[in-house]
Amino acid sequence: MSEANGGDSLASVSDDESLVLSAEDVAKVADLAMLELTDDELATFTPQLAAILEHAHDIEQLDVDDVTPTHHPYPLTNIFRDDVVEAADVRDEALAMAPDAEDNQFKVPPALGEEM
Amino acid sequence: MSAAELPTTAVDIAAAVNAGEVSAADVLEAHLAAVDATESEVHAFNEVLADEARAAAAVIDQRIAAGENVGPLAGVPIAVKDNMCTRGIATTCSSKILEGWKPPYDATAVEKIAAAGSVMIGKTNLDEFAMGSSTENSAFGATKNPLDTNLVPGGSSGGSAAAVAAGYAPLALGSDTGGSIRQPAALCGVVGLKPTYGAVSRYGLIAFASSLDQIGPFTKTVADTATLFDVIAGHDRRDSTSLPQAIEPTVPHLDDGVAGLRVGLITELMGVGEMAEGFEPEVLAQTRAAADALAAAGAEVGEVSVPSSIYGLSAYYLIAPAEASSNLARYDGVRYGHREHGAANTAGMMKASRTAGFGPEVKRRVMLGTYALSAGYHDAFYGKAQRVRTLIINDFDRAYQDYDVLLSPTSPCVAFPFGSKDDPLSMYLNDVATIPSNLAGHPAISVPFGTGRDDLPVGVQVLGPLLSEARLMAVSAVLEAANGEAAA
Repeated sequence: MSEANGGDSLASVSDDESLVLSAEDVAKVADLAMLELTDDELATFTPQLAAILEHAHDIEQLDVDDVTPTHHPYPLTNIFRDDVVEAADVRDEALAMAPDAEDNQFKVPPALGEEM
Repeated sequence: MSAAELPTTAVDIAAAVNAGEVSAADVLEAHLAAVDATESEVHAFNEVLADEARAAAAVIDQRIAAGENVGPLAGVPIAVKDNMCTRGIATTCSSKILEGWKPPYDATAVEKIAAAGSVMIGKTNLDEFAMGSSTENSAFGATKNPLDTNLVPGGSSGGSAAAVAAGYAPLALGSDTGGSIRQPAALCGVVGLKPTYGAVSRYGLIAFASSLDQIGPFTKTVADTATLFDVIAGHDRRDSTSLPQAIEPTVPHLDDGVAGLRVGLITELMGVGEMAEGFEPEVLAQTRAAADALAAAGAEVGEVSVPSSIYGLSAYYLIAPAEASSNLARYDGVRYGHREHGAANTAGMMKASRTAGFGPEVKRRVMLGTYALSAGYHDAFYGKAQRVRTLIINDFDRAYQDYDVLLSPTSPCVAFPFGSKDDPLSMYLNDVATIPSNLAGHPAISVPFGTGRDDLPVGVQVLGPLLSEARLMAVSAVLEAANGEAAA
């Protein structure tokens, strides 16, 4: 799918301007999702994602403005329990599974270290 | 008692173990022998827990010797999908990002099957994070269909379906977000139930799409599915989406029959109109034959339109990725799971860890979800999909005014060869018949009924309104009996 590498050739994926997904769009979305894509991956994913969004075009055309959205099959709200402290003594087990830990805390590289 | 004489269904094993007629240890060894014989070809499991299972079986035999009734699943081996937390036992979601992670707690469903006396025999393979319909997306290699190892077992719970079909365990737990129990059950020729959303606790089920995910059973018989469902169902205060009301036991309804029951074939899923493409004629013929069998048993069979169901696929492939993109944000290499070392700062470490840890399908869906939720597209995609979800629920509600249960194929096709659905969208289309139940939160079951192309099993789907599991069992039992008669 190397011919799909680049915005121009991707514009033909859809006739509808609103659904055209460019490689730049995908690169931006990948960044938002904290993912890094190689050029090859970008070339593969872009037409695949465009095709899926193209399929979703059928619902985009529906007039459902008056329909209440369903977020959840059951409208359960405000599930309360008594505010009682319970034993959850799993600190050591949890920390044992951490990639890095020190002094009972998770350890990460410097937050403001130099960019890779 | 030789292995050949041991009972094979969960119901029979539990009765024999509780009566002291067979030992849990002997039952387990027979199943471990089955694993030894073919698992190297099938690859149903990410991990076989032989030592843990032997220890658990020994405890059960001691309790039996002490005169206890161990429970409805006494000594029954059970396979558990590897996206359910098992304390101290690796739980991977078949993803490199969780490889080797051992949870500090058990999922509620895992606690319940243990309390009922079952013996967990292993953790089963799945499409990474349950995203897929073939197990080809597992980071640890695909599971093969035990009926023909050139074919997929379906997915995402393909390992659980294969474990039951291959005789590794009479019972397995899977999870179903868009068909991930029912479709592999159909492709492997076993029974698979997606319960009503909220009927089974999701506590400890690693989240994919929280408003759709539901744990349910795989078994060889309908009675075993009813038995396992009754064990795992019920309110759990640790899951805020768990239904507050008591869940009616289904086992007492297995022999209710279908006399006078109104059964509706779903027009849109019977190979007509916009969604006709991909439905194999043999699958449709078996579904009609199943309807005929129900009619012969006294049901009133008709046909009913669920018009919005044709939009289910699009709605699902916006809602599920949107929820997944949010749920999978937690895999950042900080507290658990894979960390890529060498980054200069935290953000770089997170990005590198996610990039190295997630496979292509997970990346695809996370990006799709991120896009669908992003500014400017949220209303057009996610908001629209949630409104379509309402339309589908309304259509079902209308259909259930005239019908007690609905009927359709589970999967448009029988088991397919590896690599034959390389294009993501063509794989997604496999879920067209199962997705509407997830969007509505309704229960649905896949029951083997006859064979299709190449003599491969066909699964027929029985759908019902909220909390109609008992009714689904009664219908499924009739189909099971009719299927047995046809085969005899």
